[in-house]
Amino acid sequence: MTASKPAIARDGGLSLQQQRQKAAFWFLAPMLIALFCVAAWPLLRTVWFSLTDTSLNNLYGGKWIGFDNYLRVQTLSNGTVRYKGTLVDPAWWNAVWNTLRFSVVSVVCETVLGLIVALVLNAEFKGRGLVRAAILIPWAIPTIVSAKMWAWMLNDQYGILNDMALNLGLISSKIAWTATTDTAMYAVLMVDIWKTTPFMALLCLAGLQMVPRDIYEAAKIDGINPVKVFFKITLPLIRPALMVAVIFRMLDALRIFDLIYVLTPNSAATKTMSVISRENLIEFDKFAYGSAQSTLLFAILAVFVSLYIWLGKVDLSGEGGK
Amino acid sequence: MTANKMLKSIAFYALVVVIVIFSIFPFYYAIVTSFATGTALFEANYFPKAFDWANYKAVLGGATFPRNILNSVFVATTTVVFALFLAVTASYALARVRFRGRGLLLMTILAVSMFPQIAVLAGLFELITYLGLFNSPFALILSYTIFTLPFTVWVLTTFMRDLPVEIEEAAIVDGATPWIIITKVFLPLLWPALVTTGLLAFIGAWNEFLFALTFTSSESTRTVPVAIALLSGASQQEIPWGPIMAASVIVTVPLIILVLIFQRKIVAGLTAGGVKG
Repeated sequence: MTASKPAIARDGGLSLQQQRQKAAFWFLAPMLIALFCVAAWPLLRTVWFSLTDTSLNNLYGGKWIGFDNYLRVQTLSNGTVRYKGTLVDPAWWNAVWNTLRFSVVSVVCETVLGLIVALVLNAEFKGRGLVRAAILIPWAIPTIVSAKMWAWMLNDQYGILNDMALNLGLISSKIAWTATTDTAMYAVLMVDIWKTTPFMALLCLAGLQMVPRDIYEAAKIDGINPVKVFFKITLPLIRPALMVAVIFRMLDALRIFDLIYVLTPNSAATKTMSVISRENLIEFDKFAYGSAQSTLLFAILAVFVSLYIWLGKVDLSGEGGK
Repeated sequence: MTANKMLKSIAFYALVVVIVIFSIFPFYYAIVTSFATGTALFEANYFPKAFDWANYKAVLGGATFPRNILNSVFVATTTVVFALFLAVTASYALARVRFRGRGLLLMTILAVSMFPQIAVLAGLFELITYLGLFNSPFALILSYTIFTLPFTVWVLTTFMRDLPVEIEEAAIVDGATPWIIITKVFLPLLWPALVTTGLLAFIGAWNEFLFALTFTSSESTRTVPVAIALLSGASQQEIPWGPIMAASVIVTVPLIILVLIFQRKIVAGLTAGGVKG
């Protein structure tokens, strides 16, 4: 614990700085204890469970089995070698692939669309306040509610989106968006992009508003093409804000659970790491196996964040330069 | 106005209209559906044909949905109060007191807020059954702390960092202890930040699904998102779209009103993280 220096009483009194540090320690302690109980300890227990054969109904009866939940090599008596465990489980790798595909596509689309919306909102025009209020609505709607709303709009027989597309001549027959293997992922992406683009737009807008207006005016006087201004001036200036927004979104996308669980239940085409882990943990009574999968998800996220911060030189603390 | 300029401004407003329609249409359509009953439900109507409150009556008159709303209100409010209580003092220490390891501590707190919830699910399940909290609102209050607490600490720290040093120095000269500085000097200045942070944490807790689904098992202890997700009809094939949309509208309208009232503050709160630095 580095939170407090040992408070050395000198001549019966503490210096102001020491007194403040002592107070800081007591102010931080309750929060740290709470976080330890709900975050660090459960995480350690999950990792522990993944190394045992614990089952849901007998949480304390698990035996240590090492890394067998991850990978287990068996040599049968006739000499053939069999591999078992999550790391050779096609369902797991399918979930990893689904998660990566979903995260990359959704975050790229949300960033591009968010930037466009932010550029619109950064311009001065009549009714700007109304537009900003309108784009907050998707953000304010609970994920489960938006999943249900879209499930209804995407309904194969009565859905309004099929009706629209048929009337516009985009499709020739009604599509079962959420049930068909080919389109389930598009349905999930559509809903997620609709729901989270506002968040990206607001973060981009905050970045844009910090760019001094006179830079644009100078560029205008010099007669520089607006597209060039965007790529040469605006984008580099808002890059730090954008990098932070992207990592927050990426982390959210990599752990997605609720939207997929509700919109496309039990569809192998969209099952993500979180969904498959919970399925094994709670529903299939493979508690230890599910723990191994959620531990892997945590490890993947940790590696990703470290690489991103390191390679992108992202300053998350907001203390840089101070 | 030249033709070129006019074309540009038409294109711009067309883009604005597309953005607005795309944003509000799904919710508008949910409202339209929530007022439709019988066969009207199964026609694609772009405008409401009739205002029939039957779906709302069915949902609110049902055995469990009012109870689910109360559960959600209780869980979200308690979670937020608990998180803010711990976060105010902690963020004072993080924002105003210099000590070794402060940067590391801040990064740790941020890291916790990025935890995938599924990674702690098994451990929390054990903790909650050990404490005998399974299938009670307290299981949710305990587990929601994992995302509300780091978030409130983080945002309040950035707010508190921006308060002027002079006020604090004056208080120190007058002999105020850190506790007095927080409660008597900073807290009155922090009300706007507390409202924003509290509201964002409330929305997070109100919308949470994974923990609520896993740590409750009976209809009367479910929160609203789980209740809506699991709302089913008389048979497996027959999904009650009318009542589902009515329930969705009921739980979403208060949120939208709150968000629109506090929209400037919410934007400030959302961007108070790293973006500001």
